[in-house]
Amino acid sequence: MRIYLDYNATTPLAPEVVDAVVSTTRELFGNASSVHHFGQQAKGAIDDARAAVAALLAANPFEIVFTSGGTEADNLAIRGAAEALEATGRRHLVASAIEHEAVLNTLKALARRGWRTTLVPVGQTGIVEPGRVREAVGDDTALVSVMHANNEIGTIQPIAEIAAIAHERGALMHTDAVQTVGKIPVDVKALGVDLLACSAHKLNGPKGAGALWVKSGTRMQPILTGGKHERNRRAGTENIPALVGFGVAARLAAAKMPAEAARVGALRDRLEEGILRQVPGTVVNGARESRVPNTTNISFERVEAESLLIALDLQGIAVSTGSACSSGTLEPSHVLRAMGFSAHRTQTSLRFSLGLFSTEAEVDRVIEVLPAIVEKLRGLTKKTRQAAAING
Amino acid sequence: MRIVVAMSGGVDSSVAAALLAEQGHDVVGLSMQLYDASGDAGGERAFGSCCSLDDLHDARRVAAVLRIPHYILNFERQFDEQVVSNFVREYAAGRTPLPCARCNSDLKFATLAVRARGFGAEAVATGHYARVERDAATGRYLLKRGVDASKDQAYFLFSLTQDQLAGAVFPIGGRPKEAVREYARLHRLPVADKPDSQEICFIPDDDYATFVGERAAGGVAAGAIVDESGRVLGRHSGIHRFTVGQRKGLGLSASPTGAPQYVIALKPVDGQVVVGPKASLERTALSASGVNWIVGEPTGPMRVAAQIRHRHPAAPSTVRATGDGRAEVLFDAPQVAVTPGQAVVFYDGDIVAGGGWID
Repeated sequence: MRIYLDYNATTPLAPEVVDAVVSTTRELFGNASSVHHFGQQAKGAIDDARAAVAALLAANPFEIVFTSGGTEADNLAIRGAAEALEATGRRHLVASAIEHEAVLNTLKALARRGWRTTLVPVGQTGIVEPGRVREAVGDDTALVSVMHANNEIGTIQPIAEIAAIAHERGALMHTDAVQTVGKIPVDVKALGVDLLACSAHKLNGPKGAGALWVKSGTRMQPILTGGKHERNRRAGTENIPALVGFGVAARLAAAKMPAEAARVGALRDRLEEGILRQVPGTVVNGARESRVPNTTNISFERVEAESLLIALDLQGIAVSTGSACSSGTLEPSHVLRAMGFSAHRTQTSLRFSLGLFSTEAEVDRVIEVLPAIVEKLRGLTKKTRQAAAING
Repeated sequence: MRIVVAMSGGVDSSVAAALLAEQGHDVVGLSMQLYDASGDAGGERAFGSCCSLDDLHDARRVAAVLRIPHYILNFERQFDEQVVSNFVREYAAGRTPLPCARCNSDLKFATLAVRARGFGAEAVATGHYARVERDAATGRYLLKRGVDASKDQAYFLFSLTQDQLAGAVFPIGGRPKEAVREYARLHRLPVADKPDSQEICFIPDDDYATFVGERAAGGVAAGAIVDESGRVLGRHSGIHRFTVGQRKGLGLSASPTGAPQYVIALKPVDGQVVVGPKASLERTALSASGVNWIVGEPTGPMRVAAQIRHRHPAAPSTVRATGDGRAEVLFDAPQVAVTPGQAVVFYDGDIVAGGGWID
């Protein structure tokens, strides 16, 4: 039995999504820009998906720009807004220090081209304080980007308050909602943002599909130029099967949301409490009261997370540390570092993220095998230290 | 039995993994990331051949073909502390280091082996051309040369302890290189025709002198090139650029007699490079420290074949343990270019009796 507890990295597809992707791949090959029957069929399918995604965000369908995924949506939001506002003299960008690389590295790229950037620090709760954002935002700020929930620790950010601060200074507000859309209710108007990014494969949809919600009237330049797709906001022939799958996944998530969030939340709590009880020297990272229901991030004192992850995988349990680098090795989490945790705490932290197919039996199995694995790894660390002491 | 294979992405360790998997072992592939591959904006630093991202990628492809789990461990810190800094220190001190041997005893069969035990593995396998056998009479683990004399790597493994050898597996040690390649081709391993790595893996463009110059604590000092009588013949820009026995790149005009000149010795204290004729390179004895006796420390003089460099013929000699991990070696016939920092390894036929670091 293999147990998958890495839903924040990606999710298995819902069976309904697989069916929709397969049948669309087989039947709807048309180019949605074509005038004829085949084009109309394809266009109809995309419009249907657009309506479904819009409904999940309590948004208007025409405000949805489909992209290749969350990373492209973040890039479009930040680069698109930056370019549109460049002429106004707003050459400053603000983001939190715990953003996803899609945001952080886009800011870095713009910084190399002369944009000023400010990263707002975050304390050990893992929650951005609106007051710190207020200190960072100025009259030349073009855009503030703060994620809705953090991918590594799951903490939910006070987006509405931060959006109000951004708007006071005339800046746009973007939120990377990749880790909340499909997990908890997301209402673009209640959040008060101008731009919101999400991704299909985090809600049991296919990879290669994402969306940027762009509030009507928001100034934004396209970053991919070409045909007049997506109302001139994103050129390129649409990936119809993936978008249809996204639509189906969005409808499923909306239909299941309150009950499923409660179910997954109870499983997460069971896992978290079980680990804290059964494994000595464990502690949860980040504020526990304000998190997406599926995520927990736990430090295992004196155990290298890299080793623990591999030992668990060899027992059929898939978890994660924060994010993997290009070669697949583990880098110390920039999120935990930004929260001010020690190198030791950072290197001993593991993320468990649950979802649609997670069961109580899986959670109980993890709680059962984890103590022995941790004990074994701790024993080896001790021996190595003793050996090092003897060998000088 | 679960066995961890240290996979470099080369053909040898790939075949090692394949052979163990074929024998029905529960094989787990581990590759070591030894330097920061992330670079700027995801770019790749221009490092040498053996531990680049491409090689890690090759290891992953082989593991996928073999259907074995594969993980990349980040050993940048350990590699820097245990191998790279020693390498720099040795060159700066006028010695010629042997980083592959350090890496084997201090990283692969130490740090990596500890990790492997944590994953439930009973042994660590590598793609070395060497063999390990248990001596039924003494119960000791013996290290032997690989059967392919042209590829033998036992020299680089002399410092493995009994504990390390007990948990070491060298699946290709009994095969010639060509057979290893043939096996890789037959099993369609994607690295079957990949060239062997030649240079030191962490040295970009094979330019070790620049690498050492940039990293040496306190920098590297220029100095004089002198003959054996102390007469200054020229200048040099750092003793780390030289190794005993070196003939090329001295930048000297021909000697009065027209005979070629060789580096005879490096004097870190004076910053001097001593040159002389080939005859001055000859030594009849050497002393070694950090000696590891794989067959057990001999109580009296022991007849061995002593090898003072990789790919150097082993010479008939007598070795004596002198206490404190030290040994004295007397060659039957003078040896050329005994080089401090390199290893002297003692062989009894194919068996590695022991070895140490040349002082």
